[in-house]
Amino acid sequence: MTSKAGSPLIFRGVRAFDPSHGLDAIVDVVVEGDRVTRVGADAAKNLADVASARVYERAGALLFPGFIDLHAHVREPGQEYKEDIASGLRAAAAGGFTDICAMPNTKPVNDTRAITEMIVHRARAIGGTRLHPIGAITVGQRGESLTEMADLRDAGAVAVSDDGRCVTSSAVMRRALEYASTFDIPVIQHAEDHALTDGAQMHEGAISTKLGLRGWPRVAEDIIVARDVLLAEYTHAKYHLAHASTEGAVRILREAKSRGISVSAEVTPHHLLLTHEALLGYDTACKVNPPLREAHDIEALQRALADGTIDCIATDHAPHSSLEKECELAEAAPGLTGLELCVPLLLSLVEKKALTLARFVDALTRAPAKVVGLDMPQIKDGARADLVLVDPNEAWTVSAGALRSKGKNTPFMNREVKGRVRATIVAGEVVFDASASGAASS
Amino acid sequence: MSWTRKHLLTLEELSLDEIEQIHLTAGAFKKILGRSVKKVPALRGKTIVNLFLEPSTRTRMAFDMAAKRLSADVISVDAASSSTTKGETLRDTAQNIEALNADMIVIRHAASGSPLYLSRILDIPVINAGDGAHEHPTQGLLDTFTMKERLGSLKGRKIVILGDILFSRVARSNIHALTKMGADVTLVGPATLVPHWFTDLGVKVSYDLRSALADAEVVMLLRIQHERQTSSHFPSLGEYTSMFGLNKTRASWLNPSAIIMHPGPINRGVEIDSELADGERSVILEQVTNGIAVRMAALYLCAGGQPEHVLGGDTQD
Repeated sequence: MTSKAGSPLIFRGVRAFDPSHGLDAIVDVVVEGDRVTRVGADAAKNLADVASARVYERAGALLFPGFIDLHAHVREPGQEYKEDIASGLRAAAAGGFTDICAMPNTKPVNDTRAITEMIVHRARAIGGTRLHPIGAITVGQRGESLTEMADLRDAGAVAVSDDGRCVTSSAVMRRALEYASTFDIPVIQHAEDHALTDGAQMHEGAISTKLGLRGWPRVAEDIIVARDVLLAEYTHAKYHLAHASTEGAVRILREAKSRGISVSAEVTPHHLLLTHEALLGYDTACKVNPPLREAHDIEALQRALADGTIDCIATDHAPHSSLEKECELAEAAPGLTGLELCVPLLLSLVEKKALTLARFVDALTRAPAKVVGLDMPQIKDGARADLVLVDPNEAWTVSAGALRSKGKNTPFMNREVKGRVRATIVAGEVVFDASASGAASS
Repeated sequence: MSWTRKHLLTLEELSLDEIEQIHLTAGAFKKILGRSVKKVPALRGKTIVNLFLEPSTRTRMAFDMAAKRLSADVISVDAASSSTTKGETLRDTAQNIEALNADMIVIRHAASGSPLYLSRILDIPVINAGDGAHEHPTQGLLDTFTMKERLGSLKGRKIVILGDILFSRVARSNIHALTKMGADVTLVGPATLVPHWFTDLGVKVSYDLRSALADAEVVMLLRIQHERQTSSHFPSLGEYTSMFGLNKTRASWLNPSAIIMHPGPINRGVEIDSELADGERSVILEQVTNGIAVRMAALYLCAGGQPEHVLGGDTQD
């Protein structure tokens, strides 16, 4: 399905939208080689080899800079039955992502140069969406001794995180922040005081009480975020909060940012849209860590994303097989498949005016690029051609067959959603084309 | 009046009418239990599997006896003898039981929601015999049945549930049944075991034993479940007993005609004085006896029986 960069690509009469420099216009965008070469009304008109060009023309379609996901679980090495790098990158491309960052909780954990290099080499050989590994903060994600972060960075890691586990020791976290700051790489924290979440299946509150399930209280997140913000301030390090889920975390981030502390945060589509009430039927597809919270958390998260307190949208793509989900809730693994549903789910918030289109794009492009130090994708002459074409009005039904990820675990299964990625371009190469691929059906 | 449910999973989902249907049916079966021949042919030829993947004595014995009184064939499987110890999933265990042509499955499981899960993947009726800290519907039904026998209508009656509410499926099932029946329910215990979220279920939460017990007509004690407390929710059994154990003095605060209930097994001297447990206000053993009749009703109705077929009395012998 990928076509080698060779003949030009023409996006004719699309609405090119790039808030990084205020672009919002119906134009032609021409890609030659790996670059955007022309942007403008009728820019494709007197192109020399227009005959050989691949043309995208779709009424109402939007062209954005390529999306970046800071938080994906690609499962390779070790759990390829859930996802592998090839399927994960296909899913990413279909979701409009030109870059994804892969969390290190693989088997074995990505805590050494050898594993980081292996992942980088596998991803390069497969091609398509670019994959950027995230190394572990601590060896084996055990929260005790620091990984060789310089080595990980040299091998291609763009950040460190023990995601899935929290670095709960204040001493270890302090040293991790300090040490990572030597190399200017961010420390991404999964904020969960494990002592408060032993056996937790869902958010602690009225629903967990009714269902007789152990609860994951908000304070388990808030306590860690508050402590980490203080440590980030003290160490002058770059701290990034993974999957913020509580009103309290938002309040702490807002206060920290107002004082100029170097903190950033991401939020997932599911935490922006679903509450703990989704668990009422013990639906394992809704089991996720951190858990789905309450309506006022959702409101706080949406506001924080809108005003930039939360910088990024990240999917926390966590594919699982039916083995981990077709069972009793206590046995089920936490996580949702996310890469391919991010665009339609977030566009629903744009449509409801909870989020501007500009912030939506910013939170998937400039903001995550800044967190992990990637080049900012842009639509302008001479920029690397990392692009995503989206039809915001196209409705489609989420189905196992429509998802390229091996993970079919989503509470949105069989739901109709609106907004569909039509094409994804990585450095001038078409890595996904909805018209050309047979796997997806609308 | 007709019974339409195939499964008995929770009391939350039952209507007041359905609860009363079970009570009425249980009442009819209870009469049979008093006869010299205690058996009816209602479920002759049916096979019921008691899948008890968590330890249980009285509930399992009561289901076993109830099925036998209804002339069903019964097979009991416990955690030690099931293939779950060999790593078989609940899904596989249950599907194998169905493939063996069982007609009904009674499940006790440590995971909340597991009976609901089974009801979704199996075609045969599923009866919940206790799932995690979620529900224990037949216990809630036998408790309310016992209360009604003693007090008549429960509307407006002051009922106190005392003890380990957080981990108690018995409490949750009773809460759902009692609120539907119009009772005035108060939960009491230390805040670590009685979180405020319970008020969402339509009950009161109190940390003051004296005012809670004052003039109550039923006090239901719950066992302090050491095995479920992963971390300590109170400093010691001694302190629990001194603050919340039911003793003679505290029992005197109750309404003079109040009854004392306990789903068992009792920790004598912890949540209740031994003397009170054996005293004249205690209905603890009646609960056990009624448990058979109520489980007969549950099995009979979920197998497709109708209340009116047993209410006539003698048609079944």
